[in-house]
Amino acid sequence: MDLKDKLLSSFIAFENNVDLDSPVHEVRSEAIKNFEAKGFPSKKEEAWKYTSLNSIQKVDFSVFPKQENTLDYKDIKKYFLHEIDTYKIVFIDGVYSSYLSETTHDGVDVCLMSAAFSKPMYKQIIELYFNKVASKDESLTTLNTAFSREGAYIYIPKNKAPRKPIQIVHFATGNEAAMMLQPRNLIIAEENAEVQIIERHQSLTGNEVFTNSVTEIFAAKDANVDYYKVQNDAKTASLVDNTYIAQKDNSVVRVHTFSFGGKLIRNNLNFYQNGQHVDSTLKGVTILGEKQHVDHHTLVHHAQPNCESHQDYKGIFGEKSTGVFNGKIIVDQIAQKTNAFQQNNNILLSDKATINTKPQLEIFADDVKCSHGCTIGQLDEDALFYLQSRGIPKKEATALLMYAFANNVLESVRIPEVKKRINKIIATTLGVRVGFDL
Amino acid sequence: MLEIKNLHASVEDKEILKGINLQVNPGEVHAIMGPNGSGKSTLASVIAGKEEFEVKKGSIALEGEDLEELAPEERAHKGIFLSFQYPVEIPGVSVTNFMRTAINESRKARGLEDMPANQMLKLIREKSEMLEIDRKFLSRSLNEGFSGGEKKRNEIFQMAMMEPKLAILDETDSGLDIDALRIVANGVNKLRGKENAIIVITHYQRLLEYIVPDFVHVLHDGKIVKSGTKELALELEDKGYDWIKQETVV
Repeated sequence: MDLKDKLLSSFIAFENNVDLDSPVHEVRSEAIKNFEAKGFPSKKEEAWKYTSLNSIQKVDFSVFPKQENTLDYKDIKKYFLHEIDTYKIVFIDGVYSSYLSETTHDGVDVCLMSAAFSKPMYKQIIELYFNKVASKDESLTTLNTAFSREGAYIYIPKNKAPRKPIQIVHFATGNEAAMMLQPRNLIIAEENAEVQIIERHQSLTGNEVFTNSVTEIFAAKDANVDYYKVQNDAKTASLVDNTYIAQKDNSVVRVHTFSFGGKLIRNNLNFYQNGQHVDSTLKGVTILGEKQHVDHHTLVHHAQPNCESHQDYKGIFGEKSTGVFNGKIIVDQIAQKTNAFQQNNNILLSDKATINTKPQLEIFADDVKCSHGCTIGQLDEDALFYLQSRGIPKKEATALLMYAFANNVLESVRIPEVKKRINKIIATTLGVRVGFDL
Repeated sequence: MLEIKNLHASVEDKEILKGINLQVNPGEVHAIMGPNGSGKSTLASVIAGKEEFEVKKGSIALEGEDLEELAPEERAHKGIFLSFQYPVEIPGVSVTNFMRTAINESRKARGLEDMPANQMLKLIREKSEMLEIDRKFLSRSLNEGFSGGEKKRNEIFQMAMMEPKLAILDETDSGLDIDALRIVANGVNKLRGKENAIIVITHYQRLLEYIVPDFVHVLHDGKIVKSGTKELALELEDKGYDWIKQETVV
């Protein structure tokens, strides 16, 4: 049985465990119909030209874990941003771990989708927001919607901010030979609310994992949302991350995506600017080796006047790794005075590494500033000589230059410990021996 | 200390150095002067080991050891320092982190442990004060957005940190105002000692008023066409380079 058939038949089993009368289930039923009709995306589709899910579809994934698994905090501490106090929403093989988590209902809700789906007090919000910005026809998104049951639910009321950042961490224990996970997150920042979120997917063994995640983020007027995606997973873990963001007047949303590990990663990051004076930031650092593959598909839809978007993606590709950057910017006719910037710079370290980069601008307004640039190159020889002449060996000098190349994306990271951690991962990935504690 | 014999070097098959002979002994300061395009910067880069240049003939030896097979970093570990005419901007790496990496890599090459952080800080403080460099400056990205003068001062700061045996200053005076020139020269003079040697590459005599050379050489068309003492520099300042060129033709 191929994966699609398996998922379709699993949906029947899934229905035995959820409330069939809830409006959410109507959404799910619609979604599974869409997925049934469309199936997994193929390379024939323009948006999937460079990323193939064929090999994933051949794996016999478990769709639901057979048993509940536990983990000792000391064994997995390193995957958390443990240097600072945070709220934590932790899942083990897709199942919430209350033991590892720290949720709250103190003025803000930092809890679970399963709770939000089932408890009457959340009913209104779920009806207002659930699946409202996520695509209703993109097949993997609809697949996730069909199986949406668990994930992080974060609701920040007007003028509120949680006392500390929130970590969402998904562990795969490898107790199943191959595991498919479909977390569903809903994040709502009401008027003038503020929230900072760090998300990570971590497989703990060499067993195969495929995660198809959907996150919806709503930023109301004057809201401020920072979202950090740390993609540094095991070499047998694949991830499709579908993130949809709707922004109202004066809101600021920044998404940073750090892709260093994993087998195949596909990021579909979609911003919809539904208000004026909106600011959207999309930044990414990608450092790959071996036969890793990362595909960034971004969309910024400027649908109102006087908004800004800033995109800056840096990629370093070694060995036989492959990268894709496809940055689509749509400026509607009404969206005058739009400022849209897009930058994608890449360094190829080997003859066998590949990057496909494509800006895609659709501009229907006449009074806008849009700039885009993409570069693919090697390291600057003069800079290399400069460092070497100071006694830094070529290998370290190369690493230092790559570090510097990637590092400026981190300037907009607002949690110092996140910056430090990412710096450290970048330095380790590149083999740079630099102490940054001086 | 440094012995250059019949050095021929090319870039992309264009010969730039056409038989240089130069002997620099410990404690000496040599000035190399010459018109634009005479090969001054090439000579500096070749000594420091830039791979773009191909040594076709001749040899360079430091303390009796032939440098030909050594990478730029290995030459640095042996005590060669080049102050760049155009220091490269490296965004994302602070001056402090850069210096720390450079010093510890050099120590590693000599089989030494990393310099303890407090000692490093002390050294940085001492040398930056000597060159009147603001502390804030040290946490900025290397050379990024630095003025011409700041870049040169930063080069000499690095030199002071590395304490090389042989320092080559490639047009360190260009872009410096008179005050900065005095500070930089003072930094260079502090390095002068019985064990060190300095090669000053310059266009003008101005810097040589502050860093007084023992010998002055004139480079023209890839060759040293005239050598003398510091008086030669004054003569060049007076008469320009044309008479040298004519003399060479004759």
